[in-house]
Amino acid sequence: MFVRLSAAIAAVSLISGAAFAAGPTDPQIAHIAYTAGTIDIAAAKQALSKTSNKEVKAFAQDMVRDHEAVNKKALDLVKKLKVTPEDNDTSKTLQKNASAKLEELSKLKGAEFDKAYIANEVAYHKAVDNALETTLIPSASNAELKSLLETGLKIFQGHEQHAEQVASELK
Amino acid sequence: MTPRWIVPIVAALALGISVSAQAATVEISMENLEISPAEASAKVGDTVRLVNKDDFAHTATARNGDFDMMIPPKKTVSMVLKKAGKVEYYCRFHPNMKAVLNIVP
Ligand SMILES: [Cu+2]
Repeated sequence: MFVRLSAAIAAVSLISGAAFAAGPTDPQIAHIAYTAGTIDIAAAKQALSKTSNKEVKAFAQDMVRDHEAVNKKALDLVKKLKVTPEDNDTSKTLQKNASAKLEELSKLKGAEFDKAYIANEVAYHKAVDNALETTLIPSASNAELKSLLETGLKIFQGHEQHAEQVASELK
Repeated sequence: MTPRWIVPIVAALALGISVSAQAATVEISMENLEISPAEASAKVGDTVRLVNKDDFAHTATARNGDFDMMIPPKKTVSMVLKKAGKVEYYCRFHPNMKAVLNIVP
Protein backbone atom coordinates (compact mmCIF):
# COMPACT_ATOMS: atom_id res chain seq x y z
CA MET A 1 0.00 0.00 0.00
CA PHE A 2 2.79 2.39 0.92
CA VAL A 3 4.54 1.74 -2.36
CA ARG A 4 1.36 2.34 -4.37
CA LEU A 5 0.59 5.52 -2.47
CA SER A 6 4.06 6.90 -2.86
CA ALA A 7 3.95 6.09 -6.57
CA ALA A 8 0.73 8.06 -6.86
CA ILE A 9 2.19 10.97 -4.95
CA ALA A 10 5.29 10.88 -7.13
CA ALA A 11 3.06 11.04 -10.22
CA VAL A 12 1.16 14.01 -8.79
CA SER A 13 4.22 16.00 -7.82
CA LEU A 14 5.77 15.05 -11.12
CA ILE A 15 2.99 16.60 -13.19
CA SER A 16 2.36 19.59 -10.98
CA GLY A 17 5.94 20.08 -9.92
CA ALA A 18 8.96 21.88 -11.22
CA ALA A 19 8.88 20.20 -14.64
CA PHE A 20 7.35 23.36 -16.09
CA ALA A 21 8.82 26.61 -14.85
CA ALA A 22 6.07 28.64 -16.51
CA GLY A 23 3.41 25.93 -16.69
CA PRO A 24 2.96 23.59 -19.65
CA THR A 25 1.93 25.00 -23.04
CA ASP A 26 -1.27 23.91 -24.81
CA PRO A 27 0.56 21.50 -27.18
CA GLN A 28 2.25 19.92 -24.13
CA ILE A 29 -1.01 19.76 -22.17
CA ALA A 30 -2.73 18.07 -25.11
CA HIS A 31 0.09 15.52 -25.26
CA ILE A 32 -0.04 14.82 -21.51
CA ALA A 33 -3.83 14.43 -21.48
CA TYR A 34 -3.77 12.11 -24.50
CA THR A 35 -0.93 10.06 -23.00
CA ALA A 36 -2.81 9.76 -19.69
CA GLY A 37 -5.73 8.29 -21.64
CA THR A 38 -3.69 5.81 -23.69
CA ILE A 39 -1.97 4.60 -20.50
CA ASP A 40 -5.31 3.75 -18.92
CA ILE A 41 -6.50 2.03 -22.11
CA ALA A 42 -3.36 -0.14 -22.15
CA ALA A 43 -3.86 -1.02 -18.48
CA ALA A 44 -7.50 -1.94 -19.18
CA LYS A 45 -6.54 -4.11 -22.15
CA GLN A 46 -4.05 -5.97 -20.00
CA ALA A 47 -6.78 -6.48 -17.39
CA LEU A 48 -9.20 -7.77 -20.03
CA SER A 49 -6.65 -10.36 -21.10
CA LYS A 50 -5.95 -11.49 -17.54
CA THR A 51 -9.02 -11.20 -15.35
CA SER A 52 -11.91 -13.58 -14.97
CA ASN A 53 -13.71 -11.38 -12.45
CA LYS A 54 -16.98 -10.00 -13.85
CA GLU A 55 -16.79 -6.65 -12.04
CA VAL A 56 -13.17 -6.08 -12.99
CA LYS A 57 -13.90 -6.98 -16.60
CA ALA A 58 -16.85 -4.57 -16.74
CA PHE A 59 -14.74 -1.82 -15.18
CA ALA A 60 -11.91 -2.36 -17.68
CA GLN A 61 -14.39 -2.26 -20.58
CA ASP A 62 -15.73 1.05 -19.24
CA MET A 63 -12.19 2.44 -19.14
CA VAL A 64 -11.46 1.46 -22.75
CA ARG A 65 -14.76 2.88 -23.99
CA ASP A 66 -14.59 6.20 -22.09
CA HIS A 67 -10.90 6.93 -22.62
CA GLU A 68 -11.15 6.13 -26.31
CA ALA A 69 -14.09 8.55 -26.53
CA VAL A 70 -12.20 11.29 -24.65
CA ASN A 71 -9.08 10.78 -26.75
CA LYS A 72 -11.10 10.93 -29.95
CA LYS A 73 -12.52 14.27 -28.80
CA ALA A 74 -8.98 15.42 -28.01
CA LEU A 75 -7.71 14.41 -31.46
CA ASP A 76 -10.64 16.15 -33.16
CA LEU A 77 -9.93 19.28 -31.14
CA VAL A 78 -6.18 19.46 -31.83
CA LYS A 79 -6.93 18.96 -35.53
CA LYS A 80 -9.49 21.76 -35.43
CA LEU A 81 -7.14 24.07 -33.54
CA LYS A 82 -4.21 23.05 -35.75
CA VAL A 83 -2.19 22.25 -32.64
CA THR A 84 0.47 19.54 -32.79
CA PRO A 85 0.72 17.74 -29.44
CA GLU A 86 4.25 18.11 -28.17
CA ASP A 87 6.06 15.35 -26.34
CA ASN A 88 7.61 16.47 -23.06
CA ASP A 89 9.28 15.17 -19.93
CA THR A 90 6.00 14.70 -18.07
CA SER A 91 4.53 12.56 -20.86
CA LYS A 92 7.77 10.58 -21.03
CA THR A 93 7.83 9.92 -17.28
CA LEU A 94 4.14 8.98 -17.24
CA GLN A 95 4.78 6.52 -20.05
CA LYS A 96 7.87 5.10 -18.34
CA ASN A 97 6.04 4.59 -15.03
CA ALA A 98 3.11 3.02 -16.83
CA SER A 99 5.34 0.53 -18.65
CA ALA A 100 6.91 -0.46 -15.34
CA LYS A 101 3.43 -0.93 -13.86
CA LEU A 102 2.29 -3.11 -16.78
CA GLU A 103 5.40 -5.23 -16.35
CA GLU A 104 4.80 -5.54 -12.60
CA LEU A 105 1.13 -6.47 -13.04
CA SER A 106 1.92 -8.97 -15.79
CA LYS A 107 3.53 -11.20 -13.14
CA LEU A 108 0.37 -11.38 -11.02
CA LYS A 109 -2.56 -13.74 -11.44
CA GLY A 110 -6.18 -14.16 -10.40
CA ALA A 111 -7.46 -12.26 -7.38
CA GLU A 112 -4.01 -10.87 -6.74
CA PHE A 113 -3.91 -9.29 -10.18
CA ASP A 114 -7.48 -7.96 -9.82
CA LYS A 115 -6.70 -6.24 -6.54
CA ALA A 116 -3.44 -4.75 -7.78
CA TYR A 117 -5.01 -3.52 -11.03
CA ILE A 118 -7.97 -1.86 -9.30
CA ALA A 119 -5.77 -0.36 -6.55
CA ASN A 120 -3.55 1.13 -9.24
CA GLU A 121 -6.61 2.46 -11.08
CA VAL A 122 -7.71 4.29 -7.91
CA ALA A 123 -4.23 5.75 -7.38
CA TYR A 124 -3.71 6.59 -11.06
CA HIS A 125 -7.06 8.36 -11.48
CA LYS A 126 -6.44 10.27 -8.25
CA ALA A 127 -3.05 11.42 -9.52
CA VAL A 128 -4.43 12.47 -12.91
CA ASP A 129 -7.39 14.28 -11.27
CA ASN A 130 -4.96 16.19 -9.12
CA ALA A 131 -2.76 17.09 -12.09
CA LEU A 132 -5.77 18.25 -14.09
CA GLU A 133 -7.07 20.38 -11.24
CA THR A 134 -3.83 21.96 -10.10
CA THR A 135 -1.79 22.23 -13.29
CA LEU A 136 -3.29 21.24 -16.62
CA ILE A 137 -6.65 23.06 -16.43
CA PRO A 138 -5.26 26.29 -14.91
CA SER A 139 -2.41 26.32 -17.46
CA ALA A 140 -4.56 25.72 -20.56
CA SER A 141 -4.97 28.93 -22.51
CA ASN A 142 -7.37 27.81 -25.25
CA ALA A 143 -10.97 27.84 -23.98
CA GLU A 144 -12.02 24.70 -25.88
CA LEU A 145 -9.01 22.77 -24.61
CA LYS A 146 -9.79 23.94 -21.07
CA SER A 147 -13.40 22.84 -21.41
CA LEU A 148 -12.39 19.41 -22.75
CA LEU A 149 -10.00 18.99 -19.82
CA GLU A 150 -12.81 19.92 -17.44
CA THR A 151 -15.02 17.22 -18.97
CA GLY A 152 -12.06 14.84 -18.74
CA LEU A 153 -11.70 15.69 -15.05
CA LYS A 154 -15.34 14.77 -14.37
CA ILE A 155 -14.91 11.49 -16.27
CA PHE A 156 -11.72 10.68 -14.35
CA GLN A 157 -13.37 11.55 -11.02
CA GLY A 158 -16.23 9.24 -11.95
CA HIS A 159 -13.76 6.45 -12.75
CA GLU A 160 -11.96 7.03 -9.47
CA GLN A 161 -15.21 6.56 -7.53
CA HIS A 162 -16.12 3.55 -9.66
CA ALA A 163 -12.68 2.01 -9.01
CA GLU A 164 -13.02 2.63 -5.28
CA GLN A 165 -16.35 0.85 -5.32
CA VAL A 166 -14.93 -2.15 -7.20
CA ALA A 167 -11.95 -2.19 -4.80
CA SER A 168 -14.29 -2.40 -1.81
CA GLU A 169 -16.12 -5.33 -3.42
CA LEU A 170 -12.89 -7.23 -4.00
CA LYS A 171 -12.09 -7.31 -0.29
CA MET B 1 -79.61 27.15 -28.44
CA THR B 2 -77.59 24.06 -27.54
CA PRO B 3 -79.21 20.63 -27.91
CA ARG B 4 -79.18 18.76 -24.67
CA TRP B 5 -77.18 15.74 -25.94
CA ILE B 6 -74.12 17.82 -26.66
CA VAL B 7 -73.40 18.33 -22.97
CA PRO B 8 -72.46 14.71 -22.16
CA ILE B 9 -70.25 14.52 -25.27
CA VAL B 10 -68.38 17.65 -24.26
CA ALA B 11 -67.99 16.25 -20.76
CA ALA B 12 -66.70 12.94 -22.11
CA LEU B 13 -64.21 14.75 -24.36
CA ALA B 14 -63.03 16.83 -21.44
CA LEU B 15 -62.62 13.67 -19.41
CA GLY B 16 -60.73 11.97 -22.21
CA ILE B 17 -58.39 14.91 -22.49
CA SER B 18 -57.78 15.04 -18.78
CA VAL B 19 -57.05 11.28 -18.70
CA SER B 20 -54.39 11.59 -21.38
CA ALA B 21 -52.98 14.72 -19.75
CA GLN B 22 -52.44 12.73 -16.56
CA ALA B 23 -49.72 10.61 -18.08
CA ALA B 24 -47.06 13.22 -18.68
CA THR B 25 -43.57 12.96 -20.08
CA VAL B 26 -40.72 14.16 -17.93
CA GLU B 27 -37.43 14.89 -19.63
CA ILE B 28 -34.14 14.40 -17.83
CA SER B 29 -30.91 15.31 -19.56
CA MET B 30 -27.40 14.03 -19.09
CA GLU B 31 -24.89 16.54 -20.34
CA ASN B 32 -21.26 17.05 -19.45
CA LEU B 33 -21.61 14.38 -16.78
CA GLU B 34 -24.43 16.22 -15.02
CA ILE B 35 -27.98 15.04 -14.61
CA SER B 36 -30.57 17.79 -14.79
CA PRO B 37 -32.80 18.50 -13.15
CA ALA B 38 -30.96 17.11 -10.13
CA GLU B 39 -34.35 16.57 -8.53
CA ALA B 40 -37.38 15.81 -10.71
CA SER B 41 -40.99 15.03 -9.85
CA ALA B 42 -43.33 12.70 -11.69
CA LYS B 43 -46.37 10.50 -11.19
CA VAL B 44 -46.81 6.78 -11.47
CA GLY B 45 -47.70 6.13 -15.12
CA ASP B 46 -45.62 9.03 -16.40
CA THR B 47 -42.89 8.46 -18.94
CA VAL B 48 -39.36 9.58 -18.16
CA ARG B 49 -37.18 10.37 -21.14
CA LEU B 50 -33.48 10.13 -20.37
CA VAL B 51 -31.63 12.20 -22.96
CA ASN B 52 -27.88 11.57 -23.10
CA LYS B 53 -26.22 14.52 -24.83
CA ASP B 54 -22.68 13.29 -24.10
CA ASP B 55 -20.24 11.29 -26.21
CA PHE B 56 -20.08 8.83 -23.33
CA ALA B 57 -22.49 6.11 -22.28
CA HIS B 58 -24.26 6.63 -18.97
CA THR B 59 -26.66 4.64 -16.84
CA ALA B 60 -29.59 5.66 -14.68
CA THR B 61 -29.39 3.15 -11.85
CA ALA B 62 -31.78 3.29 -8.91
CA ARG B 63 -30.16 2.69 -5.54
CA ASN B 64 -33.22 0.70 -4.46
CA GLY B 65 -32.99 -1.52 -7.54
CA ASP B 66 -36.21 -0.25 -9.17
CA PHE B 67 -34.52 0.50 -12.50
CA ASP B 68 -31.18 0.25 -14.28
CA MET B 69 -31.14 1.81 -17.73
CA MET B 70 -28.15 2.16 -20.05
CA ILE B 71 -28.20 5.23 -22.28
CA PRO B 72 -25.68 5.06 -25.15
CA PRO B 73 -23.92 8.25 -26.32
CA LYS B 74 -26.27 10.79 -27.98
CA LYS B 75 -29.29 8.51 -27.43
CA THR B 76 -32.58 8.79 -25.59
CA VAL B 77 -34.13 6.01 -23.54
CA SER B 78 -37.65 6.09 -22.09
CA MET B 79 -39.22 4.29 -19.17
CA VAL B 80 -42.72 4.29 -17.67
CA LEU B 81 -42.81 4.76 -13.91
CA LYS B 82 -44.56 1.91 -12.14
CA LYS B 83 -43.97 2.54 -8.44
CA ALA B 84 -44.22 5.57 -6.17
CA GLY B 85 -41.38 6.67 -3.96
CA LYS B 86 -38.38 8.94 -3.67
CA VAL B 87 -35.77 7.19 -5.78
CA GLU B 88 -32.11 8.15 -5.68
CA TYR B 89 -30.30 7.13 -8.83
CA TYR B 90 -26.80 7.43 -10.23
CA CYS B 91 -24.60 6.43 -13.16
CA ARG B 92 -22.77 3.13 -12.62
CA PHE B 93 -19.96 4.22 -14.96
CA HIS B 94 -19.54 7.64 -13.30
CA PRO B 95 -20.93 7.41 -9.77
CA ASN B 96 -20.33 11.17 -9.37
CA MET B 97 -23.48 11.61 -11.52
CA LYS B 98 -26.37 11.55 -9.05
CA ALA B 99 -29.99 12.71 -8.99
CA VAL B 100 -33.34 12.14 -7.33
CA LEU B 101 -36.72 11.24 -8.80
CA ASN B 102 -39.80 11.94 -6.69
CA ILE B 103 -42.55 9.63 -7.90
CA VAL B 104 -45.99 10.35 -6.45
CA PRO B 105 -48.92 7.88 -6.72
CU1 LIG C 1 -22.05 8.33 -16.63
